[in-house]
Amino acid sequence: MDALDLSRWQFGIITVYHYIFVPITIGLSFLVAGIQTAWVRTGREKYLRATKFWGKLFLINFAIGVVTGIVQEFQFGMNWSDYSRFVGDIFGAPLAIEGLLAFFLESTFLGLWIFGWDKLPKKVHLATIWTAATGTLLSAYFILAANSWMQHPVGWTMGDGRAELTSIGAVLTNSTTLVTFPHTVTACFLTAGAVMLTVSAWHIRRRNQDEVFRPSLKIGAWVVLVSGVLVMITGDIQARVMTEQQPMKMAAAEALYDSTESASFSLFTIGSLDGSEELYSVRIPSLLSFMATGSPDGEVEGINDVQREYQQTYGEGDYTPVVPVTYWSFRLMIGFGGLAMVVALACLWFTRGGRLPQSRLLWIGALTTVAMPLLANSFGWIFTEMGRQPWSVFGLLKTEDSVSPSVSTGEAATGLIVLTLVYGVLAAIEVGLFLKYAKAGAPEITPESDEADKPLAFAY
Amino acid sequence: MDLTTFWFLLIGVLWAGYFLLEGFDFGVGILLPVLGRDDRSRRLAINTIGPVWDGNEVWLIVAGGATFAAFPEWYATLFSGFFLPLLLILVALIVRGVAFEYRGKRDGAVWRKRWDTAIFWSSLIPAILWGVAFGNIVRGVPLDANHEYVGGFFNLLNPYALLGGLTTLALFTLHGAVFLALKTDGPMREQAGALAAKLAVAAVPVAAAFLIWTGIASGDVWGIAVSVPAALALVAAVVLTRVRREGWAFTATAATIVLATAALFVTLFPNVMPSTLDAANSLTTTNASSTPYTLTVMTWVAVCFTPLVLIYQSWTYWVFRKRLKLSDIPA
Ligand code: HDD
Ligand code: HEM
Ligand code: HEM
Repeated sequence: MDALDLSRWQFGIITVYHYIFVPITIGLSFLVAGIQTAWVRTGREKYLRATKFWGKLFLINFAIGVVTGIVQEFQFGMNWSDYSRFVGDIFGAPLAIEGLLAFFLESTFLGLWIFGWDKLPKKVHLATIWTAATGTLLSAYFILAANSWMQHPVGWTMGDGRAELTSIGAVLTNSTTLVTFPHTVTACFLTAGAVMLTVSAWHIRRRNQDEVFRPSLKIGAWVVLVSGVLVMITGDIQARVMTEQQPMKMAAAEALYDSTESASFSLFTIGSLDGSEELYSVRIPSLLSFMATGSPDGEVEGINDVQREYQQTYGEGDYTPVVPVTYWSFRLMIGFGGLAMVVALACLWFTRGGRLPQSRLLWIGALTTVAMPLLANSFGWIFTEMGRQPWSVFGLLKTEDSVSPSVSTGEAATGLIVLTLVYGVLAAIEVGLFLKYAKAGAPEITPESDEADKPLAFAY
Repeated sequence: MDLTTFWFLLIGVLWAGYFLLEGFDFGVGILLPVLGRDDRSRRLAINTIGPVWDGNEVWLIVAGGATFAAFPEWYATLFSGFFLPLLLILVALIVRGVAFEYRGKRDGAVWRKRWDTAIFWSSLIPAILWGVAFGNIVRGVPLDANHEYVGGFFNLLNPYALLGGLTTLALFTLHGAVFLALKTDGPMREQAGALAAKLAVAAVPVAAAFLIWTGIASGDVWGIAVSVPAALALVAAVVLTRVRREGWAFTATAATIVLATAALFVTLFPNVMPSTLDAANSLTTTNASSTPYTLTVMTWVAVCFTPLVLIYQSWTYWVFRKRLKLSDIPA
């Protein structure tokens, strides 16, 4: 492996890792803010207990989100310096704006929230968590604007060996950003709903603190269902934009080699790995055409045709991404999301009216729901990013031309190994703590414990 | 003033802000084994920076982002050239953030002891390495005609840069001690105050040697002109820590750090990364910069939002202005 491959592995690993924590942070910050609002409005103790419980889990997750984020910010320069040189005039702006507008907001107001329980008036304290939650959305918007520019460059012109910005408005209102943002954010809510569902189910099964966890289970399940539907709607819109902008990605998502009208969508295929030959497949007629064009008879371009077109536009070369990866990651994204929705629906039905279902299958489903959207998110990004290959900026800059010339193979390997090891250890510690606090259940709020808890409410 | 100069200044301000703020929380981490004799006093020390350290660290993220946006060539050359030291800094910052958040989340002496050790090392390492990095930037590094760093790792460990590392270490540790004296009450305040007085004396020769070396090597009149008040601020810190004027002592160490950073940036200007191979290979505020359009956009963003950030960060410090005592820490 050379520095390029190592850097690609590093980017993939540490970004997917960062994105395990990101959606939980975004979704859960709003859910915690919502529950705390319920407490401030009604004064009911169970809401305060729920706020503290979910708040702790949120913070354990947030810590890793923050520290892995710093690596993200630095690695463009460290591993992808030629990329940074080429796009810096455009790409740096949303990144810097994200820091100034979003990260300051998140970190400062979460500090206030954690340590401010006894120092701020109730309503001001409530406002701090809402502000921090808003910060997470801002952060998502700007980073997705940066990423969307790589998928679909707009507002630029070719300068002296680099891309130069001509319209910041165009970059921030890129059609790709406008469809990616709702899809990603609704997927974040789906993820947080699933966290809530799984943790609550664990307690309900043990008939532990029903008064806190029954309502939490319901909230979690409803959040999964509603955001699940929204994820699908936004994903469908996104698919149409993507087909227009990156036809190769859609063709590779279906492993469709020849342009086809009224193309079907295969749920799964058994055959050669790259889908060029198939033995058996389950297909839904016309669905691919509908997804890609909005009409069941629309024509979807195949890989071979797009490859020919790209060669004419961009010169000789292989413009096909790794088809098995795009094919399966697209299906697994949709599949795991759908599975989470099925489990959520079943949980709602079987626990209605205070019932305690005995079905083993249901409990296995409920206790593993949390993993499903996390997998769906990862596969979504793997699809988006791998489907864009060989480009790092679509049509402008190839991944192989993005890597740092001055970073040696040894250095790149050191980076990959060190970060992967550190992240591995962190994962083990994080999961351990998360489970510990999830199992401990909601804290009792007695008059004394509240007093004792008052100075430095969530302190270290 | 043209925009490239403005952005060079602004990035200088961001780094100065970062060193000023994270400087004291590095210092608190470094002093943890010395001033935190038992678990509760260590908790006390950590909680003085608890609400603010993350906000302080964002200054670094914004400095990085602003460099990317305003001087892409500088960002690219610097970050890829200093790959290994930056990797080390990153690992330290990762461990550090997690250590603060997780140390109190489990009871058990071994658990906490490990995180305390982690906090010490992960504060010490970046406190040194930032000085080494800036020493190298000011001194110049081998850049080829494509602005690529061609020096390798050991080239970064030259005496001048190492002295820079020692200087940031000394200043941050002092700054941390002064901060602890300012933010606590009881025995911690006493011990931190007494230690600060000694650290201030120790910091003088180190920082003076570094600033003098910088002045002589560069011969940059403006750089020297800014070094003088930096040195005076440090001398003031020696006096003020001795007479235990905590608020003023903190002002003095803060001024030392800001002025010393300013001296480095002034010395650097108009280069952003001088090349030791050939002056023509140097990166400057003009050949490393973004287009005027991007700089204009970013200027508007900075002008509109930086004051807002300053307001709410100041408000945080105001909310948590009270001194902490051991009795505030739950047993
Ligand atoms: C859709 C959302 C999203 C995406 C695609 C990314 N991030 Fe992220 N990031 C967040 C959403 C987020 C967040 C919700 O704002 C986080 C997660 C946990 C947290 O603490 O804030 C965060 C934290 C975070 C931090 C630490 C902020 C702090 O100290 O408070 C940095 C520097 C970055 N990210 C940078 C990046 C970069 C350079 C990315 C691209 C490669 C990236 N993130 C992908
Ligand atoms: C603004 C945000 C992002 C930017 C700017 C970005 C940029 C890049 C770049 C420069 C590469 C390296 C080129 C390559 O090897 O393909 C890459 C690859 C990759 N990224 Fe992203 N990415 C972003 C967000 C994400 C997120 C959030 C994820 C997933 C959680 C992700 C997953 C991947 C994966 C899986 C690869 C593939 C590695 C490979 O094919 O070599 N990316 N991306
Ligand atoms: C019917 C269901 C879905 C459809 C049609 C769909 C469609 C898409 C498409 C077309 C993309 C690629 C966009 C591009 O590269 O331009 C994408 C990306 C993505 N999907 Fe989905 N998706 C679905 C379900 C889900 C679910 C359930 C999740 C997670 C819980 C999810 C999370 C993501 C993420 C994180 C990305 C990468 C970010 C982005 O480009 O928006 N998707 N999806």
